[in-house]
Amino acid sequence: MTTRTIAVLSAGLSNPSSTRLLADRLTTATVAALRARGDEATVEVVELRGHARDLADHLTTGFANESLQAAIDTVVGADAVIAVTPVFSASYSGLFKTFFDVLDKDALIGTPVLLGATAGTARHSLVVEFAMRPLFAYLRAVPVPTGVFAASEDWAGGGDTALVSRIDRAAGELADQLAGRPAATKPVDPFADPTTSFEELLKGS
Amino acid sequence: MQFGIFTVGDVTPDPTTGRAPTEAERIKSLVAIARKAEEVGLDVFAQGQHHNPPFVVSSPTTTLGYIAAQTEELILSTSTTLITTTDPVKIAEDFATLQHLADGRVDLMMGRGNTGPVYPWFGKDIRDGLPLAVENYQLLRRLWREDVVNWEGQFRTPLQGFTSTPRPLDGVPPFVWHGSIRSPQIAEQAAYYGDGFFHNHIFWPPEHTQRMVEFYRRRYEHYGHGTADQAIVGLGGQVFMRKNSQDAVREFRPYFDAAPVYGGGPSLEEFSTQTPLTVGSPEQVIERTLGFRDYVGDYQRQLFLIDHAGLPLTTVLEQLDILGEEVVPVLRREFAALKPAHVPEAPTHAGLVAAAGGAKDSTVPTAADDVTGTTVEARA
Repeated sequence: MTTRTIAVLSAGLSNPSSTRLLADRLTTATVAALRARGDEATVEVVELRGHARDLADHLTTGFANESLQAAIDTVVGADAVIAVTPVFSASYSGLFKTFFDVLDKDALIGTPVLLGATAGTARHSLVVEFAMRPLFAYLRAVPVPTGVFAASEDWAGGGDTALVSRIDRAAGELADQLAGRPAATKPVDPFADPTTSFEELLKGS
Repeated sequence: MQFGIFTVGDVTPDPTTGRAPTEAERIKSLVAIARKAEEVGLDVFAQGQHHNPPFVVSSPTTTLGYIAAQTEELILSTSTTLITTTDPVKIAEDFATLQHLADGRVDLMMGRGNTGPVYPWFGKDIRDGLPLAVENYQLLRRLWREDVVNWEGQFRTPLQGFTSTPRPLDGVPPFVWHGSIRSPQIAEQAAYYGDGFFHNHIFWPPEHTQRMVEFYRRRYEHYGHGTADQAIVGLGGQVFMRKNSQDAVREFRPYFDAAPVYGGGPSLEEFSTQTPLTVGSPEQVIERTLGFRDYVGDYQRQLFLIDHAGLPLTTVLEQLDILGEEVVPVLRREFAALKPAHVPEAPTHAGLVAAAGGAKDSTVPTAADDVTGTTVEARA
C-alpha cells in the first residue's frame, strides 16, 4: 500500500462554490478509486481565492510570500493534482491562470492531473478541452483523458446522472495513472552541487 | 568591513513634485553623491550600467573617472558591469585605465543584465546570458593577466597576438565580484575563481540571499580558496532614515508607492517585512543590518541603495549624513567585534599587490610577442 498525496486546486470564488463542490466530488471519487486499487490518499486543498492578493503581489515582486509559497509547495509536491476552475469569459479564470503563471514551468512535468471546470451554461462545455488542456500540455503535466465539466443543470439532476459517471470515470483514470508509480520525487534542488563542472562550462559544453 | 552605496542611475520623476531631473542634473548628482559618500567616511561608491532610458549610466568609467579625480579614498565600483553585452576587451581597457587614474581604488561587479531588448542591440541574445557570462569573463581575466592573448570563442571575433592596454596597475587586475539574485551558476563562477560574490539583497526575501551565499561559500571551499567562512561576500540593502521612524515612513511612502519596482504590489509595510528594505530610525537600520550577518555569516562589504525612485538630491545627501554620522560607525564597530580573525577583510588594491609580492610595472614596451618574439608589424 502506498499513500498518495493529492493537491486539490479550486479557483472558485463564492462560498459555497460550485467549483469547490465539483473539486470535492472529484476528490472523493479519486480517493475511493485509489482505495479500490489498494492505495491510500492524503488530500490537501488549495483555495486560490485566499491567495488572490498574494498572486497579484507575486506578479509585481517576482517572489511568493510565505502563504503563497506554502500553496505552491503543496501543489508542486503532490503525487497528483485535481485542478478546477470556473469559466470566465469563455476560458479559465484569471485567478486560476495566474497561479500557473507564477509556477515554475517545469514544476509539474509528469504530474497526473484531473481537470474540471464549472459554468452557468452548458455552452461552455468544451472549455476543459480547448482552454485547460493546452495549458497543461505546455506544463508537460499528464492530464487524464476525461475532463469533467459541470453546468448549473448538472447539479439539478438526481444522483444517477451523467455527471456522476463522468466523475467516476475521471477519478478512475487518475487512480490508474497513479497506480504503480513511484511516489513523487522532490524537485531538483538548484543549490545542490552542480552536476556539470565549471571546466566543462568553460569549454562551452 | 567596507560600507558604501550603490546606484542604478535612474532618472525618475519625484512623485511628490512630478519633476524629473534632467540627464545633466542626474549625472552631476551621481558625482555629488559619490563625493558626499567620501566626505561622510564611506568606503565604496558603485554605479550600475544601463543602455536604455530612464538611466544615465551607459558609460560607467567616464563617470567613475570623473569621480576619481574629485576623491581621495573612495573605492569606485560597479553594480553591475554587464559582462554579457559589453565587449570584454573594452571592459579590460576601461577599468585598467581607471585603475591608473584612481591609483588602484577600483573594483568591479559582474552582472548579466536581465533586460531582454538590450542584448540584440549589442548583437547578443538573452538566452545566451549564462554562456556569455562564462566565456566573456574568462577572456577578461586573460586580458588582464596575459600580456599577449590568442583567443577564440563562441561569441566574439577571435584575438590573435592581442595586448590589452594599459596593463593593470602594478601588474594586479582589479578585484572582481559577481552579482546574481538567483542563478547558482554565477555563484559557482565566483567560487571557481575565488572572486567575491555579491547579492543585491533588495526586492526579494532574505532566504534567497541566504541560499545563494551558502552555496557560494560551500563551492568556494570546494575549489580550495579557503574555508567557507573565508569566502568574500557582499550584500546590498535599501534604507531610508529619519530620526523618528514614523517620519521616515511618511516621507518615503510616496516614493515607494510610485517606484517602478515596488509600486502596485505589496505595501511598504509588507515589503519591509518580507524583504530587507528598512524604512525607519537609524537605530532600526543598525539593528536590521547587524542581523544580516545571522544568515550570511561574517561578510566583507555592505552597500546601501539610497538614491532611488526620484528621491531629491538634498534628501539623498541627508541620508548619507545619517549613514556616515550615526549608522556606519556603529556598524563598523559591531561587525569588527564579531568577526573572527581568520575571516579576511574585503580585498583592496594594496592588499592584492602585497599578496602578489609587491608592485611591478607591467607596461608592455613594444608590440613584440613574448612567446614568438615577433611584432604585429612583422606578422602583418
